[in-house]
Amino acid sequence: MHVTLTHYLIASAILFSFGLFAVMARRNAIMVLMGIELILNSANINFIAFAHYGGMHLDGQMAAIFVIILAACEAAVALAIVLNIYQQFNTVNVDEVDTLKD
Amino acid sequence: MTQEFLLQLSLAVLLLPLLSFVVIIFFGRRLPRQGDLFGTAILGVDLLASLTILFSKLNFFNDVVPNFTFTWVDFHTLVPSATKMADFPLKLDIGIMIDNVTAVMLVVVTLISFLVHVFSTVYMHDDIRYSRYYAYLSFFSFSMLGIVLANNFWLIYVFWELVGISSYLLIGHWYEKKSAADAGKKAFIVNRVGDLGMFIGIMIVWANFHTMTFDGIFSAIAAGQIPFQSDAWMTAAGILIFCGAIGKSAQFPLHVWLPDAMEGPTPVSALIHAATMVAAGVYLVARVFPMFTADALTFIAYIGAITAFMAATIAIAQNDIKKVLAYSTVSQLGYMVMGLGVGAYTAGFFHLATHAAFKAGLFLASGSVIYAMHGALHHQNDHHTDAQDIRNMGGLKKKMPVTFWAFVMFTLAISGVPLTSGFLSKDQILAGTLAFSDLTGHTLIPILGFGAAALTAFYMFRLVILTFLGEHKDPTRLEHLHESPKPMIIPLIVLASLSFFVFYSFNPLTPADGWFYHAIERPVTVVPASLASASSEVFEEAMHHEHTTAMYLSLTVASLGILFAFLTYYWKKISADAFASALAPVHKFLLNKWYFDELYHATAVAGTIGFSRLLAWFDNTFIDGIVNGTARWTLALTLGVKKNWEVEDHAKGMVEDHAKGMVEDHAKGMEGKREAMAYLFFAALLSVYVGWAAGNAALSGAGIGIAIGKGILGLIVAGGTFFLLHAGVGGFDNKVVDGTVNLTAYLAGFFGLMLRKVQTGRIQSYILFVLIGVMVLFFLFKL
Repeated sequence: MHVTLTHYLIASAILFSFGLFAVMARRNAIMVLMGIELILNSANINFIAFAHYGGMHLDGQMAAIFVIILAACEAAVALAIVLNIYQQFNTVNVDEVDTLKD
Repeated sequence: MTQEFLLQLSLAVLLLPLLSFVVIIFFGRRLPRQGDLFGTAILGVDLLASLTILFSKLNFFNDVVPNFTFTWVDFHTLVPSATKMADFPLKLDIGIMIDNVTAVMLVVVTLISFLVHVFSTVYMHDDIRYSRYYAYLSFFSFSMLGIVLANNFWLIYVFWELVGISSYLLIGHWYEKKSAADAGKKAFIVNRVGDLGMFIGIMIVWANFHTMTFDGIFSAIAAGQIPFQSDAWMTAAGILIFCGAIGKSAQFPLHVWLPDAMEGPTPVSALIHAATMVAAGVYLVARVFPMFTADALTFIAYIGAITAFMAATIAIAQNDIKKVLAYSTVSQLGYMVMGLGVGAYTAGFFHLATHAAFKAGLFLASGSVIYAMHGALHHQNDHHTDAQDIRNMGGLKKKMPVTFWAFVMFTLAISGVPLTSGFLSKDQILAGTLAFSDLTGHTLIPILGFGAAALTAFYMFRLVILTFLGEHKDPTRLEHLHESPKPMIIPLIVLASLSFFVFYSFNPLTPADGWFYHAIERPVTVVPASLASASSEVFEEAMHHEHTTAMYLSLTVASLGILFAFLTYYWKKISADAFASALAPVHKFLLNKWYFDELYHATAVAGTIGFSRLLAWFDNTFIDGIVNGTARWTLALTLGVKKNWEVEDHAKGMVEDHAKGMVEDHAKGMEGKREAMAYLFFAALLSVYVGWAAGNAALSGAGIGIAIGKGILGLIVAGGTFFLLHAGVGGFDNKVVDGTVNLTAYLAGFFGLMLRKVQTGRIQSYILFVLIGVMVLFFLFKL
């Protein structure tokens, strides 16, 4: 089988959908974060696939590495927030953390 | 059978455990028996395939190395041609290869892994995370096989980290226990220190040779290319890569994690922390052996010798059965590293294989003992007695005969008693150290080596006597002790029989005629002759010369060690307590493991925490200071302005009311006045302008008369306009201005109420709206 750009895009779209599903349907904040990671990585696949097939040299890879670094920072900050939420509310269920509502 | 088939088979061996991991981690709980039989069966197939590979490699492909390499990333097609960095082909080749070392390691890893899988079906049966345990075991097997098969630094490093993470997960298997969670972290972090060195070493090699494959690196060095044209860099690259082995193989000074790793389940200790993963460091040294200079090899030999001796002294004073075995493992790993360092390549690697069998056996046998002790203690409802403390054991021989005899077999092997596999390998390493000191004059290495051999025999027999012989402290407990079930003792029997000499060589005194010595030959060094250590021929000659001496010496020290153990703990002619109190400082020093943990706590840990405190202080004082300072300045400025305004408007009372939330009434009155003033002013301006414009429009020309006429006309028109505006301003204000304001407020309220229903407070629905919005935009702009 010859692997073309479309295959990568489809794989990325599937990954993106999984991530989006996790973000929208999961109640556990950690799972939501994992969904975000999936979304970021689907973007990474697109970056690299386009760079490879579009003859863009290493630009896509650089963007992907940037995203990875960003994701690491995001995970650190987000997990710290989740930890604080847990200490405050004794739960990481995003639906129960709704004191801003009303 | 072709080379391609061999490579495909080895790929299958590599990937089958990965398949097992994926299946068990996702569907384990739905499989019968939580998937343990599936994992065991996969490893069984893996073992058969590995045996096939070893057999065919030795018989049909002894002189060729099946190799499969492909280009993973080609940087030259990715880098713009205008900025091409150099003229060499810059690409990353990765692949697998099967030489004899690989083939032997494949069998060692899959065999021990398979036996541990079988053993765990009983030992871990009631565990809360049984399924996950098997998944991690499979994952570990996959990673370890990856290290073994890789033909380049890149893959080795990747799999190196993967075994690190599986080790972390399995040490912390019972993470509810703080000590287990801490031990996992400690193992991971200490290994990182070594891996950093390894990474730098790999980068030195990559920067100079632009390839990661061992073949490419070795041929470049053989062609006279050395890193940065400097001998010192060549040595440094070797030592830095060896740093990875220092971490993973628990060599001095990074050995501290391995004894703590015994917090993991005992079968895990047998597989990962005794037989396979900790041997990965030794394997790495064997793999890159040709690129070590004489200096680097001497460094390696010293590290190994110090480790072997130090760990053996600590093992004497420990009372936890697994701790003794852990330090024994550290000591034996030191032996292997020392063997490779002095140039006894085959002996060092041979000891890896024989040690894997008997040390895995020792751990599994101790697991069998702990299992029995747990059962008996549980039966007595005793939850205080430590099931792993050898002072609570004794007399288990009668109750657990199979475990006992297997344990004795392993102990004989590790002590280097003739007719065992351990004798064959250990004896050769010791002969190698003697040859090395003859050739180079480093006499300390054989002294440490033989000292460690005596200590090994002593502490191992101490363990046997205290655990299995003598009288049990508690007769009722002894009643409840039973031999372990078949799945636990069959692996012991298999490993015990593998500790006999016949599997490696038909001559019980020397392995030189056996298949192993023919299969594993010391590779020819590639470093320039001025940097290389003694050549293989010279070394073999010296070793041959020392062989008889080494044999007699090692037999003497081993029997001395065994004799002392029996005198002290069996016949009780020498009182161990009297010895301990006579040498109290030494005993305390050994009991506390040479104070390594305390040293690292005082330096590395306290240093890191101190540095973190410094950073926290900087963050709190400077960064937060800037942020808070900005806020404070803004507040101060605001308050100052506010004060001025208050004074000007004489509205102090109003501001106080503002704070109480009762501002509206006052403000309205105030605002009304102000508005009126503003309108008045505005109207006056407008009137003046209209008057001026009217005057200009009516009379054109120059001259004093016309100017006066303009002035009079303008004044009249302006006065009229001002009067009209002033009279009409109330109505305009009420109707138009207030009307606009009220309408805006009403609309805002109306839409607010309407949109309020949409604002569920559920973040999911917001995301849904965003998504729908993005899709609408997408279809709008796509066309």
